[in-house]
Amino acid sequence: MNVLKIATAGSVDDGKSTLIGRLLYDTQSLPTDKLEAIKKSSEKKGYDYLDLSLATDGLVAEREQGITIDVAHIYFSTPDRSYIIADSPGHVEYTRNMITGASTSKASIILIDARKGVVEQTFRHFYINHLLQTSHLIIAVNKMDLVDYDESAFAKAVQQFQSLLDKHPSEKRKVHFVPVSALKGDNVVSKSAEMPWYQGSPILENLSKIDTIAEDSQSFLQVQNVIRPKTEEYHDYRGFAGRIRGAHLSIGDQITVLPSMKTSTVDGIYFNGAKYDEAPVGSSVSVTLKDEVNVDRGDILMTQPPADLELTKNIQATICWMDSTPLRPRTKFHLQYGTQRMTCRVEQITSKKSADFHQDIIDVDQLELNDIATIQLKLSKPIPAITYDQSKELGRFILIDPQSRNTAAVGFIE
Amino acid sequence: MPKVLITKELEAEAIYIIREVVAQFEKPVLLFSGGKDSITLLHLARKAFFPAKIPFPLLHVDTGHNFPETIDFRDELVEKYDLDLIVAHVQDNIDAGIVKEETGRYSSRNQLQTQTLLDAIEEHGFDACMGGARRDEEKARAKERIFSVRNDFGEWDEKNQRPELFDLLNGMIELGQNVRCFPISNWTELDVWNYIRSEKIEIPSIYYAHERSVFERDGLIWSDSPYVYRDDHEEVAVKWVRFRTVGDMSCTAAVASTATDIDTVIEEISGSTISERGARIDDKRSEAAMETRKQQGYF
Repeated sequence: MNVLKIATAGSVDDGKSTLIGRLLYDTQSLPTDKLEAIKKSSEKKGYDYLDLSLATDGLVAEREQGITIDVAHIYFSTPDRSYIIADSPGHVEYTRNMITGASTSKASIILIDARKGVVEQTFRHFYINHLLQTSHLIIAVNKMDLVDYDESAFAKAVQQFQSLLDKHPSEKRKVHFVPVSALKGDNVVSKSAEMPWYQGSPILENLSKIDTIAEDSQSFLQVQNVIRPKTEEYHDYRGFAGRIRGAHLSIGDQITVLPSMKTSTVDGIYFNGAKYDEAPVGSSVSVTLKDEVNVDRGDILMTQPPADLELTKNIQATICWMDSTPLRPRTKFHLQYGTQRMTCRVEQITSKKSADFHQDIIDVDQLELNDIATIQLKLSKPIPAITYDQSKELGRFILIDPQSRNTAAVGFIE
Repeated sequence: MPKVLITKELEAEAIYIIREVVAQFEKPVLLFSGGKDSITLLHLARKAFFPAKIPFPLLHVDTGHNFPETIDFRDELVEKYDLDLIVAHVQDNIDAGIVKEETGRYSSRNQLQTQTLLDAIEEHGFDACMGGARRDEEKARAKERIFSVRNDFGEWDEKNQRPELFDLLNGMIELGQNVRCFPISNWTELDVWNYIRSEKIEIPSIYYAHERSVFERDGLIWSDSPYVYRDDHEEVAVKWVRFRTVGDMSCTAAVASTATDIDTVIEEISGSTISERGARIDDKRSEAAMETRKQQGYF
């Protein structure tokens, strides 16, 4: 059964947790004991309805404050598909946690309060999904029950959001607008009787139609480990272990090793002791090559590299700064690029985004927590000059602070 | 016809994570309890490095109050796959007066495991501990990163976790810190069972329905054993039961069941309206029982 990973975003009190609770409740994914606990807590708080938001917040501090601080991963399934929801925080100060949640997701649900329409936080949530190039956005205009299921309130929110989309066009993105009431269950799992004017599908139906596998033309594998058993049976076996990305890989495929640019041919694709002629995208296999080429962890085995493929030590990237210590130019970091790590230096902060993401601010001395900016980096080793736009896997990296060892930034190569 | 690999997304993701652990850490270990999740993890680890041997040992924190079936199973597995097993005994710390045994109606050694685990990590210098924890188990677990950094006291700082982007796992740590790694984070209980069925993985017999001397308390079925406190008025009866999770005997309740094979077990779980941890007495101590334990270094 295939798995769809989705993320949620929305301001505080937009009803994110309630929406997730509703998805769980209406798909019968809440076990009786958890439901009992929700009933008890709802009664204790004096509510006359089930506070489904209690299905999500996991930390004591979150329950006390009634906000989401960090990502929780929540699971539900329908007969056709498993879903993993990254329930991400809405607060500005937890933006990095929101990116954590959204980064592994194929689709994002952005909530808007029907009474308020697009607000400051919506810009942030949209922009982060724009940066990540999330391929499917579901804009849930929530709390329709509080505006008497009025079509014009929905239309107004759609129009406001549409003007955001117009500012940041993308061919790769699909957007669906759904008027919902998470509290009452309208258009979440089942179609609402309250909004006959809405011709589209409920949220779950939209999610069920999202394709999870899309193949590119070239296949590549970033080497994780070199497997050398040195047993009698496998005396000369030298397998390069990693996940296949881009497209399926077959025996006989010509490959180029990056960055050495040596070439060879795929001799065997192994998984758990069996040899296969072909392995699909996403599989974690071991590959053997025809020739004795030198391949280390971090190297990339690639079929059909573009003819004009360059290797470079100088990159420009958009980053989100995620550390509480500000970033200053000329600072050194570890750069993790797929399965390899190298030293890098931030040469320059070219510009940063204004709080509403509409403007580029130049003459920036330093970046603060959650700033999004364009920077120039110099790397100690060359990497392929492939942008995030060309390849999500090969166009991204993280920066690690050499002192604290914390993940300080995520970057998208331009 | 070409031979084409059929890949399972969750399996491929778990193998990727296990391989990252081995590549990024000096001294990884697999925490093995003899339960279905750690057995599944071991199976995945064998696949990840095949045809080479798994390049790390197993660590079992033995509470001394385990089900004997689990221990027998563990030892057979170690023998069969030529594994390197380290056993750390909670009893040793009790004898040395480092931790104190709980007494009374709900006494359990579950909480005492943490100290033994932390001691073993320190003694052997493990920098990465892989475990079979899943995010669907419990609300605090749902919050945990795949690579979860612990300080030199083994503590989890739940409000200040590292960002974790895409599949770029950052295993860099300071000396003394360690990372708890969860390759099957994204699996659900049913995913594990379906995988056990499709891969024909052997599991301890107590997961299947059998006759056992039990007694009832607070709506749960407890094993009758010298390790489990029982009041005189709590009557023992022989019943058909099985275990849905396998922990310390004193904190793992059984469920009434007639499911004697994997198909009926899966059928039963699919139809169940009670969560897996509904039978874990240790989670019922308070709303934040798991979070509190994890802050202190519990797995």
